Amino acid sequence: MGDDLRRRAGRVLLWSALGAAAVAAVCPFVGGSGMDYDRLWRGEGPDWGIFVNLRVPRTLLAFLTGAALSTAGALYQALLRDALATPSSLGVTAAAALGAVAALALGPGDEAGFPVVWVAALVGAGVVIALVAALGQVKRFASFTLLLTGIAISGVCTALVLLLHSMAGLTKAFQISHWLMGGIDAVEYSVLGWLAFMLAPVSWWVLRQARVLNVVSYGEAWAVGRGVDCRKITWQGFAAGAVLVGTTTAVTGPIAFVGLIVPHLLRRALGPDHRVLLPACLFGGGAFLVVCDTISRTVLAPVEIPVGVTTALLGGPFFVWLLWSR
Amino acid sequence: MKQLKLTGLRFTYGAGRAVVDGIEASADGPGLIAIVGPNGAGKSTLLDLIAGQKTPVEGSCQLNGQEACLMPRAALCRLVAHVPQIVPGEIPFTVEEVVLTGRIPYGRGLFENDDDRTAMEMALCKTRLEGFRERKFSALSGGEKQRVLLAAALCQEAPMVLLDEPSAHLDPENEAEMWELLKELKAAGKLVIVVTHHLGLAAQHCDRVWLLERGKLVADGVPCDALEAARLERVFRVPFYWHQNAEGRVFLTYGR
Repeated sequence: MGDDLRRRAGRVLLWSALGAAAVAAVCPFVGGSGMDYDRLWRGEGPDWGIFVNLRVPRTLLAFLTGAALSTAGALYQALLRDALATPSSLGVTAAAALGAVAALALGPGDEAGFPVVWVAALVGAGVVIALVAALGQVKRFASFTLLLTGIAISGVCTALVLLLHSMAGLTKAFQISHWLMGGIDAVEYSVLGWLAFMLAPVSWWVLRQARVLNVVSYGEAWAVGRGVDCRKITWQGFAAGAVLVGTTTAVTGPIAFVGLIVPHLLRRALGPDHRVLLPACLFGGGAFLVVCDTISRTVLAPVEIPVGVTTALLGGPFFVWLLWSR
Repeated sequence: MKQLKLTGLRFTYGAGRAVVDGIEASADGPGLIAIVGPNGAGKSTLLDLIAGQKTPVEGSCQLNGQEACLMPRAALCRLVAHVPQIVPGEIPFTVEEVVLTGRIPYGRGLFENDDDRTAMEMALCKTRLEGFRERKFSALSGGEKQRVLLAAALCQEAPMVLLDEPSAHLDPENEAEMWELLKELKAAGKLVIVVTHHLGLAAQHCDRVWLLERGKLVADGVPCDALEAARLERVFRVPFYWHQNAEGRVFLTYGR
């Protein structure tokens, strides 16, 4: 069984990585406006510039964000042993959004610099996840109660975001509105570098916990008896999820349902073993958001739909179906 | 150095009354000890304290001279395999995968090694679960689930095995087999401690009984002494009777 599982995990890792690479390689060539491929191959403008400075970084950002959100979703579902646990349902996304919006609204200039927004989003996500983890461990809340708490926190954060939005000036209010719709925009390669630098070690740590997460999903009493320090893994896992969600949300705005759809689809296809599931979520989530972003910028071209709208339109019905089939 | 030494062990939930109150006891393997007592006497809490899953408010619980609740979890679980009372329900894994969770204390690598698989095969064999290995745990009956959890504890290869009401969902045949298995574990040199409500079976199979009443250890000895009828009647508030059949086997019954 062990060798079979090792081979299976290796196969899934290879095929999901190849699939994600294929999606990421093809999608930048797909766009609403026609592209002159001859000029592109010759590296001549404006097509080369559009491709290299807009479409490739946008694809990479979508990939990194989708991978992070999907991995965080699978992680929270394992830690809370609840299929409906996601960064959004736990209030982490809304808290990161509140942090980022506060930085945008209260920042000194018209446009807050990206490190400020990142830090603010991370602080927001971190505070909420610490609160949720503390309620779970100190007050011994069940996962269902934690999710209800997350929904309440999410409501409060959304209200505060609206308050900040209404108090901001016209320029900042527009900036906040655009950001809140959740969108994948072209960003500097340096931002992508920073994002990858922060996400890669955290994602690697999550993948390394796959076997322990399997046991955690059996319930705390069983996991503790098998040598797992549940308190420690829960705090570490919640912190890792907050970094994954906070860093990406700061750049893209809140994007819902990726952490729900991708882990559940892959769990149904590949089974519950996190040694297989987590690598698939990493690459599958990235590929999913790249495809959603491509749909968003092409389906009503030249009008561009924010990718958060596309994921919500796909995720809402999926969520209902999930509840129906539970 | 005793394998297990409990000294003035006391535990309370919040500011409530002591659930475990000043317990003094010790044990060395091999042995088969039953913890018995009425509902709410503190049996499961005592087992949790020995397993290092709860921290005593007073006293100590030492395993091979080390405080259980202060030991690193993996090291502790290489000494003690604990099967809790509540059977996990919706586990979407196979029997084989559940049994292999017993190997977590031996390494945090992503995949199990040959030693892990050998231990799993032995545990499946001892619990007669070879034919169940590919079955989903969640699709098993309560009794089968309990056997799988016992197999996982055996796979842990710990010298001390703690079982909280392991025969709660078993039919008489499986219950008899489980007690035989526990005696095999004792014969293999393990110290087995079982929480049970079946006083008769405890008297029949165990070589020592700890009788708890409102958190206190009121008797510690061989079954015929610890489970003396007058004492049981005082603790359980129902008359108990010892019987002996023509073959010399003793039985414990109760009721008005």
